[in-house]
Amino acid sequence: MDNKKTMQDKRPKISGNTVKRLLKIIVSNYKKFLIVVFICIVISSIVSVSAPLFSERLIDDYIVPLLREENPQFNGLNKLILIMAGVFAMGVFASFVYSRLMVTISEGTIKRIRDDMFNKMQKLPIRYFDTHTHGDIMSHYTNDIDTLARMISDSLPQLISSILSLIAVLISMFVQSWQLTLFVLAFVLIMLRTTKSITKRSGSYFVGQQATLGKVNGYIEEMINGQKVVKVFNYEDRAKRNFDRINDELFDNMVNANRFSNILMPILNNLGNLEYVLVAILGAYLAISGKVQGLTIGVIASFLALTRSFNQPIKNVSSQVNMIIMAMAGATRIFELVDEEPEVDDGYVTLVNANIDKDGNIIESEKYTGHWAWKYKHQDGTLEYIELKGYIEMENVNFGYEDDKEILHDITLYAKPGQKIAFVGATGAGKTTITNLINRFYDIKDGKIRYDGINVNKIKKDDLRRSLGLVLQDTNLFTGTIKENIKYGKLDATDEEVIEAAKIANAHDFISMLPKGYDTMLTGNGSQLSQGQRQLLSIARCAVNNPPVMILDEATSSIDTRTEKLVQDGMDKLMQGRTVFVIAHRLSTVRNSKAIMVLENGRIIERGTHEQLLEEKGQYYQLYTGAFELE
Amino acid sequence: MIKKLAKSIREYKKETILTPLSVAVEVVLEVIVPYLMAELIDKGVYEGSMDNIVKIGIELIVFTVLSLIFGALSGLFAAKASSGFAKNLRKDLYYKVQTFSFANIDKFSTSSIVTRLTTDVTNVQNAFQMIIRIAIRAPLMLIFSLVMALKINIKMSLIFLILIPIVGAILFILSRIAMPIFEKVFKKYDNLNNVVEENTSGIRVVKSFVLEEEEKEKFAEASQEIFELFTKGDKIVALNSPIMQFAMYSGMLLISWIGARLIITSNMTELTTGELTSLITYAIQILFSVMMLTMISVMLTISMSSAKRIVEVLDEEPSIKNCNNPVKKVKDGSIEYKNVAFSYIGKKNKEVLKNINFTINSGETVGIIGGTGVGKSSLVNLIPRLYDVTEGELLVGGVNVKKYDIEQLREAVSCVLQKNVLFSGTIKENLRWGNEDATDEELVEACKLAQADGFISEFPDKYDTYIEQGGTNVSGGQKQRICIARALLKKPKILILDDSTSAVDTKTDKLIRDAFNKKIPDTTKIIIAQRISSVEECDKIIVMKQGKIDAIGNHNELMKSNEIYKEVYESQTQQSE
Repeated sequence: MDNKKTMQDKRPKISGNTVKRLLKIIVSNYKKFLIVVFICIVISSIVSVSAPLFSERLIDDYIVPLLREENPQFNGLNKLILIMAGVFAMGVFASFVYSRLMVTISEGTIKRIRDDMFNKMQKLPIRYFDTHTHGDIMSHYTNDIDTLARMISDSLPQLISSILSLIAVLISMFVQSWQLTLFVLAFVLIMLRTTKSITKRSGSYFVGQQATLGKVNGYIEEMINGQKVVKVFNYEDRAKRNFDRINDELFDNMVNANRFSNILMPILNNLGNLEYVLVAILGAYLAISGKVQGLTIGVIASFLALTRSFNQPIKNVSSQVNMIIMAMAGATRIFELVDEEPEVDDGYVTLVNANIDKDGNIIESEKYTGHWAWKYKHQDGTLEYIELKGYIEMENVNFGYEDDKEILHDITLYAKPGQKIAFVGATGAGKTTITNLINRFYDIKDGKIRYDGINVNKIKKDDLRRSLGLVLQDTNLFTGTIKENIKYGKLDATDEEVIEAAKIANAHDFISMLPKGYDTMLTGNGSQLSQGQRQLLSIARCAVNNPPVMILDEATSSIDTRTEKLVQDGMDKLMQGRTVFVIAHRLSTVRNSKAIMVLENGRIIERGTHEQLLEEKGQYYQLYTGAFELE
Repeated sequence: MIKKLAKSIREYKKETILTPLSVAVEVVLEVIVPYLMAELIDKGVYEGSMDNIVKIGIELIVFTVLSLIFGALSGLFAAKASSGFAKNLRKDLYYKVQTFSFANIDKFSTSSIVTRLTTDVTNVQNAFQMIIRIAIRAPLMLIFSLVMALKINIKMSLIFLILIPIVGAILFILSRIAMPIFEKVFKKYDNLNNVVEENTSGIRVVKSFVLEEEEKEKFAEASQEIFELFTKGDKIVALNSPIMQFAMYSGMLLISWIGARLIITSNMTELTTGELTSLITYAIQILFSVMMLTMISVMLTISMSSAKRIVEVLDEEPSIKNCNNPVKKVKDGSIEYKNVAFSYIGKKNKEVLKNINFTINSGETVGIIGGTGVGKSSLVNLIPRLYDVTEGELLVGGVNVKKYDIEQLREAVSCVLQKNVLFSGTIKENLRWGNEDATDEELVEACKLAQADGFISEFPDKYDTYIEQGGTNVSGGQKQRICIARALLKKPKILILDDSTSAVDTKTDKLIRDAFNKKIPDTTKIIIAQRISSVEECDKIIVMKQGKIDAIGNHNELMKSNEIYKEVYESQTQQSE
């Protein structure tokens, strides 16, 4: 029972707002198209309703009277056929027009939503990415968009035309015979109830099926990725046993889900047929018994055809219900993403190219000069230029990712231009958090961070980040050539600059060894390169950007010692003359720092040079002598 | 290929056969219904006979109810058959992968195996369900409706014979034009997803280089391409419905026109009004069947590539298998390499190991050192037969490894891989990979040896602490120590640590080695390491260079005679002193 309840709770929630908002997007962009589409659907629906009425007139007004004549004249009949040909041609044309227009409308809308979503995603703060799994974010672009696209292109026009047809057919049916119509309506009620009870059940099993399918796929993914470990431990048989268990569970859910969705159509179809037969018997009885005036064979024949036309849209709508619910759930998720709070940027201090004359005056320049300055527009309107030097200060900084959980307490430190400052400490001590604050991936709660004496809150985020280089433990390379990846640091870099940067990073040698050199295509985060080579590329990427301040976050920890030497040399070259913050896991990397900060539980507990800290015989000393583990 | 896949039906054969059978019955009944309807109108209504109406009416009701029952049955059977088929297929694939050697896995790559077991199976399952239901239904419907139409009036049926091939051909051609466009779209879709994927995982890089705008452009470009292709493809598909309507309407007009004349001129002898109505019904049924058939052909073509990928896995021969009459027991932990050469499959002439000759006595501790890519891991992977030697011989306990029962060999040789993995589950569950029946005491003992008991005891849930997939909630050093404990639980004769203490600090590293020497002196221990300090005290140290052994000796010997060793030693001691 409990299990079932949770299943139902998982059923997607859809607010009326989602539907309204989606319609608004479609309507506001394609108003003219939609008017044409609507007119065409109306025409096409009317034509499709007129088809069975045509049979009636054919039989009642032409065939039956002509049968009684000695020399039947076919002129009238031919005329009717011709008229109908014209009507049908119009219907076909209308349906041609609207189905083509719907393609443009649905694909255009989907493109718009997808682009909006991505543009929004680029504006979201890092916090969003840290609190959502990649798979979750990805599924917005795959599952949610796909179901929504199918709904707009298939279900929406079906829904409109079904409703229109229903109304048209219902009216014609009433005109033909209200008695039979009432009977049909009673029957339709039964059909709708059946649909409701079946889709309700299949819906909850369907959710269960998706959940177990996720479980099975997750298990397969985890185990196949660890397949080599499975082999080493002779774990195959146990892996098979576990697999069988969840695979059987999936089977049970799948059978149930499919069972209900499979029987829906045959049941509706045959209920439709049953209704048809009953109408025929009832109609025939009424006609023969003469209880109802005007009920001719032709009327019955066309009424029967109308019954079919009436059942068709009901069946259509029934089969679309699940689809529409799923698509709306997807749209709700998409709108949630689009409605996320974007990263705000109210900084007004910008970064400009500058010339510095002999007297130290700073003059803004349009062109690249190799010097930069902060352009500070004071509130009274005066302009001030401050040379970009890379002087970073933190003063009594407190910070927590969540409001009630402070992670950094009272951090105060400074790095003068060209100095190297290191952070060491256990996982969770707050090393990475400090660097997250300097480039404003997260904003601080209390205290101040200054860059060249300017509060970083006043600096435009983009410019602040341009002035900071970042090399992370997880290198993220992008699909494209090696050259393009290095250019990521500076889009207008020349080939010479790229090679120069690669040389600084010690990456030039291995790149030159590749058959295609700098034009080697990288895919899947550069999976064809070794971890060390990837790291060298990410250093080169940073080198071409040439920032005055750099942050190296565990940049060498997943590299073997031999390659590390290479990477280390590359970094050392890059670090020259820059302000550098280093987070390292191997103490050898931080030894020559100007100051080393030992962090514990979000506080700086020791600070000083390597020699000073060793003398203190505190935490650092213990770490260094191997008495403690760095993890 | 189909035969191969059909093997997975097994215990669901009954349902697999019953589904199309009930579909067939349902179709026959459904086709008879319009015929009886004609009778009802002609013999009942037209002749004004209430008896006939009741008689035919009851027949009709019986048929419809039967059709409903068989329709529902076919749905139920199909659900069971297709879900069961998918279950077995998934199982067969998974079992097959379990027999794969490392070389087989490398050939496919893990991500590709995962796709084959998930997405491809779902595709084939859908195709299977479609074949046993709709692919049977559509042609049957077509044939039966045609037969009934012929029965009513042969001349009139000629209209169908003309209409069917024309409509079928047009729809088929349209689908073939649209299909390559959609195939292209799916590839472009991968592009787009790739951009999103790279942006979610690399968002810090994007933001720190302030390239949001460029990424937006990249995305917009991919998005535009998809939009254009999709619109192009969908516009072709959108022709289907007007074409169908055109065929339906023109069929209806033709039948009505010719039919009406026939009724009148023959005075209802050759064709009746009732029959005219049923002919129109059959026309619609036939046209829908034709449309179904083209749809099925498209869907089947799409799932064909999935089926192919699945069969590839099923057809793959495991490259390492037991020999006949395998040796069950591994005598001791001695190892001997005799002229061993090795290359990964498909890389002939690119030997990773060449000319390897050396002996390890049972119970010795051996260190292996050398740069990345010199073949250290390849060298030790040969011992538990994770790969087979290309040339030469490898003896364990005096017997060629190829002669052992693989399971027994791997029980005796415990290997802590460089890329090691913990699985989602408690620490206990992870440890029991080494020995399913290990008692709690044995677990603790192994963890003490691996210096893992200390930190595990500090976790609030101790040994019941839940490890996230991939072991992301423990640190690198902790993960490595749990992996070592897991390997120890096998109580192996040979223990291989492939760079397995790189994230452990030097002091703990030493404690682990000391514990090994004290507690498991009889086990042969092979340690691959980057740090000299990890191998310094070994009985033997093997220095490797470009797939060859550069030197073998103890620390003192190598310091005197080997350049590489000396260089590595000096660079490391200088760095940390």
